[in-house]
Amino acid sequence: MDRGFAGIEGPSMKFSVIIDALPHLLGAAVTTVWVSLLGVLLGQVIGLAVCVARQSGGRAADMAGGVYVSFFRGVPLLIQLLLIYYMLPLIGIDVPPLVASIAALGLASGAYVSEIYRGALNAVPHGQSEAALALGFPDRSIWTRILLPQAFRISVPALVNELILLLKASSLISVVGVAELTRTSQTISAANYRPLEIYLAAGVIYLAINGALALFGTLVERRLQQA
Amino acid sequence: MTTVSETATSPHSAMAGDAAPMVSIRGVSKSFGTNEVLRDIDLTVNKSEVVCLIGPSGSGKSTLLRCVNFLEVYDRGEIRIEGKLVGYTEETPRRRLSNRDLRSLRRNVGMVFQQFNLWPHMTALENVAEALVQVRGMDKAAAGAHARRMLDRVGLAAKADSYPARLSGGQQQRVAIARVIAMEPHLMLFDEPTSALDPELVGEVLQVMRDLAADGMTMVVVTHEMGFAANVADKVAFLDHGRIAAFGTPREVFHESTEPRVQQFLQTYHERNSF
Repeated sequence: MDRGFAGIEGPSMKFSVIIDALPHLLGAAVTTVWVSLLGVLLGQVIGLAVCVARQSGGRAADMAGGVYVSFFRGVPLLIQLLLIYYMLPLIGIDVPPLVASIAALGLASGAYVSEIYRGALNAVPHGQSEAALALGFPDRSIWTRILLPQAFRISVPALVNELILLLKASSLISVVGVAELTRTSQTISAANYRPLEIYLAAGVIYLAINGALALFGTLVERRLQQA
Repeated sequence: MTTVSETATSPHSAMAGDAAPMVSIRGVSKSFGTNEVLRDIDLTVNKSEVVCLIGPSGSGKSTLLRCVNFLEVYDRGEIRIEGKLVGYTEETPRRRLSNRDLRSLRRNVGMVFQQFNLWPHMTALENVAEALVQVRGMDKAAAGAHARRMLDRVGLAAKADSYPARLSGGQQQRVAIARVIAMEPHLMLFDEPTSALDPELVGEVLQVMRDLAADGMTMVVVTHEMGFAANVADKVAFLDHGRIAAFGTPREVFHESTEPRVQQFLQTYHERNSF
């Protein structure tokens, strides 16, 4: 009888539950981290490609990029995730939930990252590329040697922010059954009827990971400022 | 004294090869919308000459200079560098040059900007070496050694490893000049190279420019430094409202011109600089 409502009416928190669940939670947190990192990495590649294509690929590329950005920025990630998960088998691509999740995170992140880079590129003074142009630089070198390194520096704070947002958003992939931190917390608390303790532990783990990411971002910024 | 538009209006007047002047500008016009910023400009710069473009702000000096390396597109007329048409193909109707052809033309034309435009994420040495690697295809070591010699030439060998933010404005502009001369250009364009500098830093930049002139570099200089124009320039062109209102030796323009706009400009200049 008391088990059914233990989460609510239990006399006190039982921290021993957390200790018992910790190995599972930490293992799931590792999944959260690497799924997010792969998502961010994919998002960086897509975002950079979309940004460069929109700036230098002519009108058609700019419009295609615009449609991409408005879709992935305008539709909730949860809906995107479900769409990708259910749509891919329809067109004959059978992907494991994990791959669909990383793809969804990467595509969504790419839309934001491309806008972050666009803003950063606009912040690089026009004279920077003009000096290279006047010296006879090929377009490619102007991008790789002059514009992107500076845009990257400018966008580090925004990119770290994006990384943290994405890591938290990765909790959504629990709906397609990937055993990451949130999903694992659900599973454990459904079994031991101790949701408060388990979600509290999950929250602390998220907080710790994001604290580490923020610290990493600060270090990168400081390092770049010295140059 | 005023430019002679009665000579050379034929579109086929340009010569090729060694006989051609370094820069030949014929009938060049340009508009930004309805605003005509350059009107029928004629100007010739011979090899090893220093030509200063002076005049009030908004007179079109910088625009004209930027047309010479096609950072700015001119609408009518033609500009030739060593006989080669700038920015367009020789056929009629002319078409824009491909980026590749434009690059090969720009390789021989250096430009120094008012805001220096050094790349802040590279050291002084890297700023100078970068174009040697990216444009001339030199390997990193050779480019670095060459860049070091160029920094030495502008008196900044000791600052090779400093980032631009750690350099004074005058030092930054000297690095920018080193970056250009490292490419061994046939022609150098200066767009108000000292206008962004504190007064006490102007001298070191002008000295480097004097040295270049003495070495025989062909230079077109947009400047408000009348002293430099008077002492270093072979020819001075005074622009006003997109036209060349006076052209000649510094003596002819500064002391013998009867053109009222020139006299008024010089009058204002003297008043501002006397105390």
